[in-house]
Amino acid sequence: MAVVFEKPKGLTDAIMHYCPGCTHGIAHRLVAQALDDLDLTGGAVGVAPVGCAVFAYNYFNCDMIQAAHGRAPAVATGLKRADPERIVFTYQGDGDLAAIGTAETVQSAARGENITIIFINNAIYGMTGGQMAPTTLPGQVTQTSPYGRDVTRTGMPIRVCEMLATLESPAYLARVSVDSVQHIRAAQKAITKAFQYQNEGKGFSLVEVISTCPTNWGVTPQQALEWLRTDMLPYYPLGVFRDLFAEKKEG
Amino acid sequence: MAEKVLMKGNEAIAEAAIAVGCRHYFGYPITPQTEIAAYMAKRMPKIDGCFLQAESEIAAIHMVIGAAAAGKRAMTSSSSPGIALKSEGLSYLAGCDLPAVVVNIQRGGPGLGGIQPSQADYFQCTKGGGHGDYRMVVLAPSGVQEMYDYTAWAFEIADQYRVTSMIFSDGILGQMMEPVELRASRQETPQEGKPWALTGTRGQREPNIINSLFMQPEDLERMNLERFVRYAQIEAGETRWEEYLLEDAKIVVVAYGAAARIAKNAVQAARTQGKRVGLLRPITLWPFPKQPLERLAKRVRAFVCVEMSMGQMREDVELATRCQRPVYLCARTGGMVPAPEEILGKLEDASHGCCV
Repeated sequence: MAVVFEKPKGLTDAIMHYCPGCTHGIAHRLVAQALDDLDLTGGAVGVAPVGCAVFAYNYFNCDMIQAAHGRAPAVATGLKRADPERIVFTYQGDGDLAAIGTAETVQSAARGENITIIFINNAIYGMTGGQMAPTTLPGQVTQTSPYGRDVTRTGMPIRVCEMLATLESPAYLARVSVDSVQHIRAAQKAITKAFQYQNEGKGFSLVEVISTCPTNWGVTPQQALEWLRTDMLPYYPLGVFRDLFAEKKEG
Repeated sequence: MAEKVLMKGNEAIAEAAIAVGCRHYFGYPITPQTEIAAYMAKRMPKIDGCFLQAESEIAAIHMVIGAAAAGKRAMTSSSSPGIALKSEGLSYLAGCDLPAVVVNIQRGGPGLGGIQPSQADYFQCTKGGGHGDYRMVVLAPSGVQEMYDYTAWAFEIADQYRVTSMIFSDGILGQMMEPVELRASRQETPQEGKPWALTGTRGQREPNIINSLFMQPEDLERMNLERFVRYAQIEAGETRWEEYLLEDAKIVVVAYGAAARIAKNAVQAARTQGKRVGLLRPITLWPFPKQPLERLAKRVRAFVCVEMSMGQMREDVELATRCQRPVYLCARTGGMVPAPEEILGKLEDASHGCCV
């Protein structure tokens, strides 16, 4: 019988701890599939963040290290500089990447560090119980914005891809979503391209994955996907914000 | 005999690191250690090594974590306020059992303090610095040759016990020039000697995972206890100190680093006055040379601690001697350096105090 669908070899058999309806599982799968498709799993080293994905080292079937909160791009830089043959990636959430790790994110991008960052943006801190993140939307209720995010006091959410696109060095910056089959397929292409660029030594790549957190948003998985579409995507438009090596379209 | 060259202490550290196979240096500018980064910036590109100026002290130490996790000898250097920032990474290095070398060329504090020499990071560095139950080996050179030799030794200790070793020095020794014999040659431990390193599975082994997170307290306790077995081995095997004119001494000066050099001058001067004074110089500040101090406490009258901090080391001397004898303190702080006359004055106090 022909196999038409199977789990990527880049994932272990460990049962994931993620909540029902959480899209981390999809994002993990896309990363593992990309590594498999490019035959890079055996040479990859992943960096797990602090946050819900802290246990990513149990799920990716490659060498892994767990980094301090926000420091994953610095750890990845050390790994890559020490062993440029490795495919080095970080997998970080919005608090980790866009708050406590802002400096490491921006500076690794500015250096054009030849690493790949998978950035999960679900507009909230998950692991600690649903606090306001730098990506929390205006008016969004969280544990630390119980009356809704007041942008007159906290400012507007950070758009990471757009911010990094002001830098000259990044090779590839894309924002994708995993709320529908169509978007998941596009996400797979973007993540694969990011790893392919790293493998070809083209430099820094980051793929922002717009994700859900039904538990901390206080909604059902279905409602979470709907809120992602109605509220997140207008503020965080999908697309490619930088592709230094995009094939030029003829005439 | 190996080549002898005139070098600054900071340069000697950098040269020794290169000599023993360190090819990955991550740093951030801060006075008075910047010569280390400058030396690395010049040398590393010529020997296929990596010099990277990080965006912060914090990023630099986490880059060290990455390079160490890849199985390579890696180093960072800084000065007091920068070491405070690195403390997060120092704790993670310990929690991940990664070998690394960190250099602290101290300056006066607290806060931004000053840029003059100091030993005021004693508590911070010998007691850990970062969070959690862990130890860091702290080596205190008192000359440029020792800056060189101890850096080579620091890498050996780090690899052997999978710990962080710190070169604990100050602006005097960092900036001072002395002839150095370039005698270190041990090459880097190959990655094959580090089976835990993140070298890629190549589909031929289970993934290596480097991690300091253990959600079950039983597991975390077990990891910590295993670590403390290694710490006990370090205490048994690596504790070092220098004894100077201690055979008949009635008063013992305890001093390390730059302060020990000045203290030695004071001891010599006291001897010419007929005083039976000697010096014990801790070389490892952790592990602290408790045993020789405990032995001395049984036969000498008093101890005098000379330090460029407000008695931080004195607490360890009092603990080691179990307060059996008075421990006097000759301290300068904020970047000031004790003069031999001040030490002689304190020795005078100590001898009078003992005669009462």
